[in-house]
Amino acid sequence: MMRWFGTTIAAAGLLAASGAAAQDKPDTLQVGITAFLSGPASVFGVPGRNAAEMLIEQINEDGGVGGVPIEPTFIDEGAGGDQLLSEYRRLVENQGVDVMLASISSGNCKKVAPLAEDLQVLNIMWDCGTQVIFEEDDYDYVFRTQAHAGAEMVATVLYLLKVKPDFETIAVVNQDYAWGRDSWNIFLKTLKALKPDVEVVAELFPKFGAADYSTEISRLSAMRPDVVLSTSWGGDLDTFVRQAATRGLTRQSTFVLPLAESSLERLGSTLPEGVIVGGRGNHYFLHPEYRDEPAFWNFMTAYQERTGEWPIYPVFHMSQALNALDKAYESAIEANGGAWPSTEQVAAAMEGMTFRGLTSPVTIRSDHQGLEDQLLGTTTSSDEYDFKVLDNIMVFSGDLVTTPVGQVTAEWVQTLDRSILEADGIRELGGVN
Amino acid sequence: MSQLILLAVLDGLAYAALVFMVAVGLTMIFGVMRILNVAHGSFYAIGAYTAASISLGILGAGLSPVLIYPALLLSAVLVGGVLGLLIEPLLLRRIYGKEQVLQLLVTFAIFMILEDVQRLIWGSQPYYVDNALTMLGNVEVVSVFYTSYQLLVLPAVAVLTLIGLRLFLRRTLQGKLIVAVTQDREAAQACGINATRVYLTTFVIGATLAAFGGALASPTTSLVPGIGTDMIVLSFAVAATAGLGQVEGAAVTALLIGLGRSFAVYLMPELSVLMPYLIMVAVLAVRPQGLFAVAATRKV
Repeated sequence: MMRWFGTTIAAAGLLAASGAAAQDKPDTLQVGITAFLSGPASVFGVPGRNAAEMLIEQINEDGGVGGVPIEPTFIDEGAGGDQLLSEYRRLVENQGVDVMLASISSGNCKKVAPLAEDLQVLNIMWDCGTQVIFEEDDYDYVFRTQAHAGAEMVATVLYLLKVKPDFETIAVVNQDYAWGRDSWNIFLKTLKALKPDVEVVAELFPKFGAADYSTEISRLSAMRPDVVLSTSWGGDLDTFVRQAATRGLTRQSTFVLPLAESSLERLGSTLPEGVIVGGRGNHYFLHPEYRDEPAFWNFMTAYQERTGEWPIYPVFHMSQALNALDKAYESAIEANGGAWPSTEQVAAAMEGMTFRGLTSPVTIRSDHQGLEDQLLGTTTSSDEYDFKVLDNIMVFSGDLVTTPVGQVTAEWVQTLDRSILEADGIRELGGVN
Repeated sequence: MSQLILLAVLDGLAYAALVFMVAVGLTMIFGVMRILNVAHGSFYAIGAYTAASISLGILGAGLSPVLIYPALLLSAVLVGGVLGLLIEPLLLRRIYGKEQVLQLLVTFAIFMILEDVQRLIWGSQPYYVDNALTMLGNVEVVSVFYTSYQLLVLPAVAVLTLIGLRLFLRRTLQGKLIVAVTQDREAAQACGINATRVYLTTFVIGATLAAFGGALASPTTSLVPGIGTDMIVLSFAVAATAGLGQVEGAAVTALLIGLGRSFAVYLMPELSVLMPYLIMVAVLAVRPQGLFAVAATRKV
């Protein structure tokens, strides 16, 4: 009798425990996503949001994250930094958002990272590139699921030196704000370490959002540098390239445009052949290593059908952030014996985790920085598309081009030597027309 | 060095032409109505977007691309006419003579609304329709290629606009009425001039000039949300430096600022962004009323 009673009590206890666990499991996983939905940077934010909606639909159709559907809430970064912070706080404190994906702007990432620590909410920096975040501070709740500006610029220099080793002069035309200045600083330090004799003939920083680059183009046309670098993006990049192409500058100098993957389709036939193009990571809708993978190509075509445009890098970044989130919850639930995990348990699962977005695997290091490969290529004409596609594609492995843990990018790049050009972590893939 | 000066002058001319087209409308509106119209930048932006849309329509319909040139003017008249005839009677007429803060707030509100209207109609992705630019080809000056459109057409249109405005203001009755109201509103009204009509005419002309500036700029640049903001700030700098209400002064100041900026790009690129404002500060420090404004006695 006593034995039966004991068993009943134990069973009731287990039932109660499982009931408690079921109650802890939320009805929805609330995810706040910040992106530019207005202003010039909406060229990235709108594709990012489109991708998030598609990917979340897919995750929810497949049963959600650990059985819980994702419920996204979008915040417009275009409303300004102060507005973003108050909206961020409101979502976490009042709406009870579980995870934040923030943000596109590096300035905004610098603002939300300490706030995420204060609020003890998991924050995935899904697109911003500033390298200083994890170099200047340690965070428990903040992670980045893609590369930073340092890796992007080092890979760009390596590609340039591999395809055009003998150039002597370079000029830069970057937007006059933090990204334009910082990216040039890293690029130049890397270049000077690997090719000290290169001469910088012009450093031009036109106003952000400038409508006219005529004077800059006249000056470059008169100086005839071998290489023209521009890390500009969006409408600024489109305008600069179009004005330069119309006036023949793109025939005189080799253009290096590390963000132009996001402008390929918009620039159409205006973008000439022979331009070096990057995509802030291992991102390209005709990626030679993944194009034949059904999951990859199905998503590319589904996105194109839904939005009328081929995916650009923010789409890939969003897929990395959401896949990392999904996998981290899965691992944390497993480590928690099947029970719904706490934020701290999910954060612990993120550290050291390797996951895949749409292309190659990304690993989150101990400093919470993602190690992501970098793809660059050279433009060529296509029979199939009415815009330029990439040829002579190279992929640089994330651990080759990313600043080691505990080091500062601006100093580390100066220690590089030319042996890096022959390293194993460089894959030459040709191109796909 | 002589090559550098020549290139800087040519670049400065082309830039000044566009700036003048927008600033002159702003300064005319202020001269007559004493309203600093923040929404002026929106007229520029909507003029540019409309010109691009009509150009795409012409190309899409298989019509001759040459029609794009008159379409630039047509879109300016369309935008200036529709927006001018709506905004002046419905909104601005209620705030004449009120506090300047209120005027700024109302025109700023119009600006914000029109920014959203642009996004609603044209979205957030950049537009670029450059057929008007490419059809005319390039001209070579000391081994540097310029587009004929920017080097010849834009300055020519700006000069024609200036001459046309001068003739209109000095030789036509409607123009003389505008000048009379600009110089002394009360005396003009006392003489029986219908100020309400003059205000409307001036506002429509000013809005059309801003839209024409946008239409002329549209083949040269990407149209993105926010292009109007950039232009309104620069136009304010030109109008304030010239002296608010000064049409010819706006032309000279636009030239000064255009040349200042282009020489800065060649000689001190770090200062190129600041140059228009440095010129403005330098001028206003010496002549607070602006370069060309005549000091007026204040009525009490």
